[in-house]
Amino acid sequence: MIAAEAGRAESGTVAKTLYDKLVDAHTVRRLDADGRQVLLYIDRTVLNEYTSPQAFTGLREAGRPLWRAKAALGTVDHVNSTASARTARMPDDDAQRQAVYFAENCRDFGIELFDVLHPQQGIEHVVMPEIGLVLPGLVIAAGDSHTTTYGAFGTLGFGIGTSDIEHYLATQTLVYQRLKSLRVTVSGALGPGVRAKDIVMALIRDIGASGATGSAVEFAGEAISALSMEGRMTLCNMAVECGARGALIAPDETVFAYLKDRPRAPKGALWELAVSRWRQLASDADAVFDREVAINAAAIAPMVTWGTSPDQAAPVGGQVPDPACEADPDRRRDMERALAYMGLAPGTRLEEIAIQRAFIGSCTNARIEDLRDAASVVRGRTVAPGVRAMVVPGSSAVKRQAEDEGLDRIFADAGFEWRQSGCSMCLAMNDDVLGAGERCASSTNRNFEGRQGAGGRTHLMSPAMVAAAALAGRICDPRPFLGEK
Amino acid sequence: MQPFTLIEGIAAPLPAANVDTDVIMPKQFLKGVDRSGLKEGAFAALRYGPDGTPRADFVLNRDPWRAASFLVVGENFGCGSSREHAVWGLSQNGIRALIGTSFAGIFFDNCARNGLLAITLPQEDVARLLARVGDPETCRIVIDLPHQTITAAGLSLSFEIEPTRKDALVRGLDAIGTTLQARDDIAAFETAYLKGNPWLA
Repeated sequence: MIAAEAGRAESGTVAKTLYDKLVDAHTVRRLDADGRQVLLYIDRTVLNEYTSPQAFTGLREAGRPLWRAKAALGTVDHVNSTASARTARMPDDDAQRQAVYFAENCRDFGIELFDVLHPQQGIEHVVMPEIGLVLPGLVIAAGDSHTTTYGAFGTLGFGIGTSDIEHYLATQTLVYQRLKSLRVTVSGALGPGVRAKDIVMALIRDIGASGATGSAVEFAGEAISALSMEGRMTLCNMAVECGARGALIAPDETVFAYLKDRPRAPKGALWELAVSRWRQLASDADAVFDREVAINAAAIAPMVTWGTSPDQAAPVGGQVPDPACEADPDRRRDMERALAYMGLAPGTRLEEIAIQRAFIGSCTNARIEDLRDAASVVRGRTVAPGVRAMVVPGSSAVKRQAEDEGLDRIFADAGFEWRQSGCSMCLAMNDDVLGAGERCASSTNRNFEGRQGAGGRTHLMSPAMVAAAALAGRICDPRPFLGEK
Repeated sequence: MQPFTLIEGIAAPLPAANVDTDVIMPKQFLKGVDRSGLKEGAFAALRYGPDGTPRADFVLNRDPWRAASFLVVGENFGCGSSREHAVWGLSQNGIRALIGTSFAGIFFDNCARNGLLAITLPQEDVARLLARVGDPETCRIVIDLPHQTITAAGLSLSFEIEPTRKDALVRGLDAIGTTLQARDDIAAFETAYLKGNPWLA
């Protein structure tokens, strides 16, 4: 029993989801009669340089101190350069101002900061897990939508805006509206060469970009249990692209093995105590979810987007759909607009689409396993003429580990740029940007209009598929390159 | 926060689905350290051509919607990035309320924190509103938050809103100040919680 649950023994034996248990365990007080809205205690946050400045300004203006400075970590990731020669200088004056103000805020408020020269710098959602700050049973809210990543640990993670960052910093709580529950059960085993990215892209295609809006998703099933931590993080990370405001996987031995001996994870007797508690974190067997979705893992093929919303996706062997076949007029209009932006004709085979750029990076897919997977495709081969291919490791620690394993040589020998860590061309706030009309195979999470640069055209896919596309000069099925049986 | 009670104004139709916060506030406007300068950023790629001239085909560049106080929007409005700059930019353009079938969660919360009322209605009600606000003759509507009604030409709709969210909007409450009234509760909770989970202390 988590301490805060002790007081609700009178609620009897109502079966609960893992999500309900986490919310109950973090409820300071109810804010309405039926407990749908609560004051929720937040364990930790991570801050970045671009969504936090106005929150600190608000605290300064109101003269409010931080509630618990040790429960926050800062990392510079969104606006920094990823050029191989690292300097403290940001790519432009505005970015420089953000980085300087961020450092000033962390210093003045007593928050630990991984600045751009720090050996642990990296994308916030890669750094937090790898140093062991994301632990089962926590609630972590942060000023970035991909905070859902932490669900891989059985942690309720969700994104918040700047006003709520300020609220969190001043009160250690948020005013929180309880979500509906949605369980996604992925049964069976993935086919050879099919990855976690393909599961989540297939889910988003199936339920739509707002299919989980207002919901906390719990992933379950054999195919989920079989995933590595990196795969689970990819899955929970992108759950926000179908609207999920939280994505959970019940913690198991895979989680505990990943966390053991991480620098900030508990040690010794505290570790043993924590693990014994974490083993109890699961939905009750008879818990009722508001909605259930079932997916057969064996039926999932490598996925790629063709449009400008993450749900506009298809298996790599498919074609660009024809808006004329869409009965719903609103959806037809959105499809037509997407195809005009993407410069694609209906009926085009996805594997015929030529690319000019290839990007392996982001909090979705730039962890060590992602780089190993892409490197296994690239090894001994070369990038197609006319393609500029980049690898941006998810963190400085991932970069070092990849270099220790020789992955940087594999990429460089093939013609990939091997760069420093940051969010980079996932959202192109720094100087890593697509030109207008450039088409990019990308291991990122959003294919929105202009996301990677004004007029740039993004095709989302797994890092292995990006690697294969870079070699082929067009979108292509990564499975022949991976050679898995 | 500016209170929201009864507001009459022009509503503009923006019916595309999945309008994301990259579209509402593009990345080149995210480089500030304060909330200013976001008026020009809102919908910049839709409002202006590559040479910076206003695009005549964008509804907020046309009369009478240029003076809109409300937007009637498509499904899943505000999806994507958590950037609150999207809401600040809408507010700086005089937008006081959004009406649609669904809003992305983070965006929905960001609206409430800034006094921007996001109203969720069934598809058929949004369609009826869109039919009216797309016509310059019938684009003026009235939103009455205390009574939870929207009035347009020959149309009266009621909407649902969580009581606490409504109260904060109507009174323009400072959320942090309100929460800090429960300071002792938070401190007591935290002490017990960290005692029960000593690896977090």
